Amino acid sequence: MLNELAHFALILALGIALVQMILPMIGAATGRKSWMAVAEPAATSQVILVSFSFGVLMWAFIQSDFSLAIVYNNSHTAKPMLYKISGVWGNHEGSMLLWVLILTIFGASAAWFGGGLPERLRARVLSVQAAISVAFYLFILLTSNPFARLAVPPLNGLDLNPLLQDPGLAFHPPFLYLGYVGLSMSFSFAVAALIEGRVDAAWARWVRPWTLAAWMFLTVGIALGSWWAYYELGWGGFWFWDPVENASFMPWLIAAALLHSAIVVEKREALKSWTVLLAILAFGFSLLGTFIVRSGVLTSVHAFATDPERGVFILVILGIFTGGALTLYAARAGTLEAKGIFGAVSRESGLVLNNILLAVSAFVVFVGTIWPLVAELAFGRTLSVGPPFFDAAFTPFMVALALVLPLGSMLSWKRGSLSRVWRSVWPFAVLALALGCLAYAMQSGRSALGPVGAALGAWTVMGALVDLFQRAGRGTIGARLGRLTRLPGADWGKAAAHIGLGVTVFGVAGITAWQLEDIRVAQINERFDVGAYTFVLADVQQVEGPNYLTTMGEIAVFKGARDITTLYPEKRFYPVAQMPTTEAAILNGVMRDIYVVIGDAQADGGYTVRVYIKPFANWIWGGAMLMALGGFLSLTDRRLRMAAGAQKPAQRAVKV
Amino acid sequence: MIRLLALLCVLATPALAVEPSEMLADPALEARARDLSAGLRCPICRNESIDESNASLSKDLRIILRERLTAGDTDAEAVDYLVQRYGEYILLKPQANGANWLLWGAGPLMLLMALGLGAATVRRRNERANADLSADEQARLDEIMRD
Repeated sequence: MLNELAHFALILALGIALVQMILPMIGAATGRKSWMAVAEPAATSQVILVSFSFGVLMWAFIQSDFSLAIVYNNSHTAKPMLYKISGVWGNHEGSMLLWVLILTIFGASAAWFGGGLPERLRARVLSVQAAISVAFYLFILLTSNPFARLAVPPLNGLDLNPLLQDPGLAFHPPFLYLGYVGLSMSFSFAVAALIEGRVDAAWARWVRPWTLAAWMFLTVGIALGSWWAYYELGWGGFWFWDPVENASFMPWLIAAALLHSAIVVEKREALKSWTVLLAILAFGFSLLGTFIVRSGVLTSVHAFATDPERGVFILVILGIFTGGALTLYAARAGTLEAKGIFGAVSRESGLVLNNILLAVSAFVVFVGTIWPLVAELAFGRTLSVGPPFFDAAFTPFMVALALVLPLGSMLSWKRGSLSRVWRSVWPFAVLALALGCLAYAMQSGRSALGPVGAALGAWTVMGALVDLFQRAGRGTIGARLGRLTRLPGADWGKAAAHIGLGVTVFGVAGITAWQLEDIRVAQINERFDVGAYTFVLADVQQVEGPNYLTTMGEIAVFKGARDITTLYPEKRFYPVAQMPTTEAAILNGVMRDIYVVIGDAQADGGYTVRVYIKPFANWIWGGAMLMALGGFLSLTDRRLRMAAGAQKPAQRAVKV
Repeated sequence: MIRLLALLCVLATPALAVEPSEMLADPALEARARDLSAGLRCPICRNESIDESNASLSKDLRIILRERLTAGDTDAEAVDYLVQRYGEYILLKPQANGANWLLWGAGPLMLLMALGLGAATVRRRNERANADLSADEQARLDEIMRD
C-alpha cells in the first residue's frame, strides 16, 4: 500500500512540475505576479512528494520487502544495514529516484534562498528547473519504475553486488549526483538569462554559488570513486579513463571553466555569452554522462542495468534540453553585449587561457570517449581508445595549465604586467625547477614524468602561496600575517583549490613514475624485500564474515629490523552473489602507501602475494579534498551572500 | 556514476591478473612484456587491459605475448602478431592512421582554433580599451554637450 502511495506521489509530483513549468514562464512573460508566485509552493511540494517516495523506497530496503522487484534484485536479509540503505541507489531505478530527489531539492533551494533574485528571473529559473524535473519524472514513470511489484514475493533477495558493499562506494553516487544535478541550476540560470536577454554582474553572482557547490560535490564524488577503485580493485589503479569516469570528468572540467569565467562576468562584465555557453555545456555533459551510463552504448567497466529503450529516452532528454538551449543561445547570445574592456596582458586574458585549456581538454576527453562509436558507425572500424591515448592527448593540457596558473592568477585585472608578476615569483620558479632536478637525480629510472610532476606541483603550490601572501598587502611580515586572517573567503578558496591542484598533479606523477611492484609465490614464513621494506607471510586463515567467507593473510612488514605493522589482506567470497572480491591491506602514509594483496593457494603450499609500494598515493585524494575545500571556502565568502541581499531594497523600491 | 565492475572476467577464473608462474625469468624481457600488455585490451572484458584482467583469455594472451618476446620478436612484431589475430580492437592506443587522424588531431586542432578565437577576443577588447570614442559614443557625447 505504502509503495503504491509512493508511486502515486511521483505521478502527483509530475503534475505539479508541469504546472510549475508552464504558469511561471507565462507569468514572467505577461507580468502576472500571481502566476509567477505559483513556482515557490510548487517547488516545495515537489520536494515533499519526492522525499516521501524516496523514504518509502528506503523503508522497503530496510525492511527487506522482497515484493518490490528492485529490493529483491539488490538486497538480502543478511546484508549489513549500511548497505541495505546504500543499496537504494546501488541500482538503476533507485539511483534515478535519488537523482530526481536531488533535482527537486536544488530547485526548491532556488525558491527558498532566492529571495534576492528579481521576480521574473526567479520565476523563469524555477520554470526551467521544473521542465528538467518533468523530463526525469517521465523517464522514471515510463521506463524505470522503482515501485514495480513481483507477483510472488521470494523468500530472500539476490544481494547487492559485493563490490558495492563498501563505505566509500556508499557515498560516491550521492555526491556525484549532487554535482551533476547541481549543474542544472547553472543551466536554468543560463536559459532564464537568455530568455531575459540580460547577463550582468549580479547574474554571475547568483550563478557562481550554485556552480561552486556543484563543482565541489563533483570533486568529492570523483575523488571517492577513484579512492574506492584504488583500494578495492586489487592493484591500486586510481583512474582508468573508462567512459563512465570520463562522463563525470567532462562536466567537472567544464564546471571548473565556468567557475572561472563567471568571475570575469562578475568583476568585469566581459565573456558573458561564453559563460552562458559553458553553463549550458556543463549540464549538457552531465546529461551525456547519464546517457552513457544508462544506455550501454559504450562498453565500460561500469555495467549498469543497461537498456536501449532507456538510452533512447535519455538521448531525447539530452537532445531537447541541450539542443533547445543551444538554439536559444544562437538566437539570443548576440544581445548579451560585453561592457568590460581589458588589455592583452591582464587577469581577464589569463582566465581566457584557463578556459581554453579546460574546455579543449574536456573536448579531447569527449572525442576519445565517443571515438569507438564514431569509428564503428562512420568508418566501420572496431577499435578501442584506452588510457595510453588519454595519457598522451590529455596530459599536455594539464601541464600547460599548471605552468601558466601561478602567472595568470597573479596578473592584475584590466591591465597587468607579466614582468611585475615574474619579479615576485621567479625565485619560486627556480626552486621548483631545482626540485625537479633533485627528483631526477634521486630516481632510479629515466622517466621524466616524476621530475616534471614534482616541479609542476611545487610551482603551482608555491605560486598559490605567493599569491595569497601578496593579497595581504604590504608592510611588515607581522602586519601581513595579521591581514591574512581577515582576507575574504574567496581568496582562501582560490589558494586552497590551486594548492590542491598542485598536490594532485604531484601525487599522480609520483605514483605513476615511482611505484614499485613485486609479484611472487610466498611460502609461510618466507621473507622477501621490496624497496626499503621486508615482508614476511606469517599466516593464512579461513575466516567467516557477516555475509561472506574470506581467506585472510597475515603479513608482517619490517623496515630494517624495525617491525612497522602487520597487514591482513583478504580474498573474500560472497556466496549469495557467487562473487569473489579482493580486499587489499594498505598501510597509509604521507610519503608512501604499502599495498598488499593475497591471491590463490598454490600447489606447493605457498600463496600468490602482490606487494606494491605506492609513493605519494594519498596526495592525489588529499589534493582533491583541498580543491573541494577551496570551493567550500569560496562559498562562505560574504560577498556572494551580500549580493543576494543587496538586491532586495532595490526590488522593493521598484515595486512602490 | 556507480562503478559496478563487470565481474564476468573475474568469474571465469578467480585469480589475480599477472601470475608468478607466467612471468619470465629475464627481468628486462618481463618488463617489456608488462609494458606491452598494459596497452592491449582484454577482448572479452568490459574495458580492461590484459595486464589487469583476470580472464583466462587474457592469461593466454599474456603467455603468447611472452612467447613471442622470448622467440626474439621486437615489441612491434609481438603486438602485430596479436593484432593480426584479434583485430585492432585490442589496441588501447589507437593507431594514428586513416580516420584516426581525426581522433589524434582533434585536440591540437581545437586548441589552435580556440587560441585563435581567444586571441581575437582579447585583441578586440584591447583595441576598444585603446580606441577613442566610437561613433555612437561620440554622437551621444555631442548630444549631451548640446543640452
